[in-house]
Amino acid sequence: MGLDINWAVDWVRRSADVVSEHRVELINLDREIGDGDHGENMDRGFQAVLPKLDDLPAGSTPGDVLKLVATTLISTVGGAAGPLYGTAYLRASSAVGGEVSLDGNAVAALLQAGRDGIVARGKAESGDKTMVDAWTPAVDAAASAAAGGADAAAVLRAAADAAAAGAVATEPLVARKGRASYLGERSAGHRDPGAQSSALLLEAAAEAASNGTSA
Amino acid sequence: MTSAGRVGVVFVSHSERIAEGLVDLARQMAPTAALVAAGGTDDGRIGTSFDRVNTAIGEADAGAGVVVLCDLGSAILTAETVLDFLDDEQRGRVRIVDAPLVEGGVAASVAAESGAPLEEVVRAAESARGSGPPGAGVGEAGAAATAVEATPASTTHARRITLQNADGLHARPAAELVKLATTFPQRVTVNGTDAKSLLSIMALGLVKGDEVEIASSDPDGAAAVDALAELAASGFGEA
Repeated sequence: MGLDINWAVDWVRRSADVVSEHRVELINLDREIGDGDHGENMDRGFQAVLPKLDDLPAGSTPGDVLKLVATTLISTVGGAAGPLYGTAYLRASSAVGGEVSLDGNAVAALLQAGRDGIVARGKAESGDKTMVDAWTPAVDAAASAAAGGADAAAVLRAAADAAAAGAVATEPLVARKGRASYLGERSAGHRDPGAQSSALLLEAAAEAASNGTSA
Repeated sequence: MTSAGRVGVVFVSHSERIAEGLVDLARQMAPTAALVAAGGTDDGRIGTSFDRVNTAIGEADAGAGVVVLCDLGSAILTAETVLDFLDDEQRGRVRIVDAPLVEGGVAASVAAESGAPLEEVVRAAESARGSGPPGAGVGEAGAAATAVEATPASTTHARRITLQNADGLHARPAAELVKLATTFPQRVTVNGTDAKSLLSIMALGLVKGDEVEIASSDPDGAAAVDALAELAASGFGEA
């Protein structure tokens, strides 16, 4: 069974919840190697999306929800995460187009477009200690799950698990992009806050999928 | 508030005060150009705002193009995202320039003030990057000020004057000189340095009493040489 508008809306609500819940954790991670505003910025962005969900017109698609998230994050987040996530959601929205129901392949394509958007905007590569280090393993895992015939929920579960492992794996890395790169070697030993928030958002996507369909 | 037909300059900073301060600074030398600050978030915190940058580009764009200068990482990301949302026609005349915010911003503003086309304003901003033109480094300014460069054999028009005003070719007089120079199509030099490059002229570090040679090897350069020489000899309106 495919994922529809209800999944997309549930993903956003769960994202807002999980970002609020982990706000202080994200602030602390960012304070160690950045400017300390990531948790607050992400929380402000997702809280700003919530009331707009109620205004979505009847017949809206998952792509419409992703686009709403994109434009809201871009105009409310304020730090680098705004344009980075904003571009990710915008590209993801384009990738799924007007589809009303997303299967495993569509979800894998959504994630890949999102990751490609982040790379295009931030120009980071794998190993630079950025959110790309959570997204790229997630995209790879999603692609192989989809190729193996997994349904949308299973594709998202594979992606979320890989993203979580990817975020943990940023800890020993030395940052080469973003504010943490100013710290050089001293950035090693800390988890990247953007990779961590990415993992949280993909976990929310997987939970919304398992709650709404197969589970 | 935009100046019809001229290039605008947008300053994007994480700090509202930095962006506004840059406009104030550049305004001294570019009093009528469209210089717009886009600093801070919508609610005045440290950060960058899509809406502020978008609005600033709109205000600065009189159809001749906009040069956007940014401070740290996310300012560039935000500006690039704004460009993504512009229509193709407008996006084609908005340039995010990788240049030092202060020096590049002042150079771009002076070029914009003079009515220079977009590509020239971009080059003016970029001229502040790295070491700049050979011989124009700030560290060499003293040497450049005392050793008047040899006049190239091909020079067809040249005038020598002695700087009269108290502060020599410091920022404002240098900007006046550059603005006047850009009104002529011919290439003119001041002690061998391009008279249309603000940063190069300022880097000469010329002070009161220094002898200055204004020259052009262009057969039609006489009027430009005369005009610049008269401006410099007049003391730029200073004592």
